[in-house]
Amino acid sequence: MLYGKGLRALSIATAVVLTTAAVLIFFYAPLDADQGVIQKIFYVHVPLAIVSLIGFITGGVWGIKQLRSGRAEDDMRSYVAIHLSLIFATGALITGSIWAKASWGHWWTWDEPVLVSFLIVFLLYCCYQPLRFSIEDPERQARYASVFAIAAGAFVPINFMAVRLATAHIHPRVLSKTGGSMPGEMRLTFLVALVGVALIWLTMWKLELSSKNASIKLKRLRRRLEADAADRPREPEPALTP
Amino acid sequence: MTFRAAGAILRKDLALELRTRQSVPAMVLFSVTVFVLFHFGLDRDRLTGDLASGVLWVTVLLAAVLGVNRLFAAEREGGALDGVLLAPIDRTAIYVAKATALFLYLTALELVAIPAFAILLLGPSLWPAFPELLAIIPLANLGVATVGALVAGIAAEARARDLVTPLMLLPLLVPVLTAAANATKPLLEQDAHAVDLGKWVGFMGLFDIVFLLLSVAVFDFLLED
Repeated sequence: MLYGKGLRALSIATAVVLTTAAVLIFFYAPLDADQGVIQKIFYVHVPLAIVSLIGFITGGVWGIKQLRSGRAEDDMRSYVAIHLSLIFATGALITGSIWAKASWGHWWTWDEPVLVSFLIVFLLYCCYQPLRFSIEDPERQARYASVFAIAAGAFVPINFMAVRLATAHIHPRVLSKTGGSMPGEMRLTFLVALVGVALIWLTMWKLELSSKNASIKLKRLRRRLEADAADRPREPEPALTP
Repeated sequence: MTFRAAGAILRKDLALELRTRQSVPAMVLFSVTVFVLFHFGLDRDRLTGDLASGVLWVTVLLAAVLGVNRLFAAEREGGALDGVLLAPIDRTAIYVAKATALFLYLTALELVAIPAFAILLLGPSLWPAFPELLAIIPLANLGVATVGALVAGIAAEARARDLVTPLMLLPLLVPVLTAAANATKPLLEQDAHAVDLGKWVGFMGLFDIVFLLLSVAVFDFLLED
């Protein structure tokens, strides 16, 4: 399996889209009338949150595949997807907090279904790694981690529903049916930023997979080398006869 | 077949619980202790409304963690899980039995803990809220039981089992807590008023069904060999 295939093209595309997004954010998108320059964090925060949620669910989908096929590669894909999404989710929580402080005056607000649900999902996925690495047998580890990934992936939408039912929302709905209240320039910038963040997720996912794959191969080769060295007799052993 | 096997495992669990009295008494004692903690922590003698329903449900969920932690304890300690797995039965039977056992433990817990809560902390009388609670409590218990048995299965192989269980269980139960606490809140007000029960009962029903189906689908992959 060649994980590195297409990685170069993907990284170039990511760099181009991210640069375009940065240019659009600072020179093209209009300044928000009442929030000013701080509103620009939105182009980082929302894509990070969306991409990490999609990444969590992708991890669950790979988990289903792993349970069906029993292949270690599918488990690796699921693991890397969740692991990366956790990092992106941390970024989304931090940028969201900064934005909340700037526009609502608090670092955290509870009457905010999207933020609260996101925190719950984040807390749940935080125990993916402790669970995974406290199971020793690799085959069993893969299976249990997949079951967790599936259950948690199904939990994401249910949880959003519960929290939304419980609160009156003040969060700007970005991708609602009516398109929110964004002017066209903001919308375009947002979409480019979203694609950029999705691409960087994909690039990092492929990169980590290929690096993990390479280190597994290296370990295997090294073990074979050691086995060869051990097999080669240095001097003939004296035969023991009972 | 599956149900007969599930029935047998359940009977075994209940007989064991009746004779050793491990899980349920510990859960009850724990809840009463938490009520005392809340009394001192909040420095209130009587709770009403949202505070009362929040304290009640948070306590029940924390007590449920104890039950979930012990759910496979007998099998593990006796090394009996291998025996159950060797039997030619569906893994689903084990899940159904464990979830039912947890459901019954929770019901037994609430039979003691809710009156204790009414005596110790609750301001208004519990009687007017009784019929609605009869709808809310079983649905909430079912949610906790479906998720709890799944989590117990997932954590069964982990070395840091008792650490992973609450970390995994409690976030998964936030929707149940939200629904149960919000549905109970207006019932425990000083002057109980009209309740928007349908929304929360419906949501809990949905949650229970989704997690029940999901757990039945994935439980076969746990506890193998």
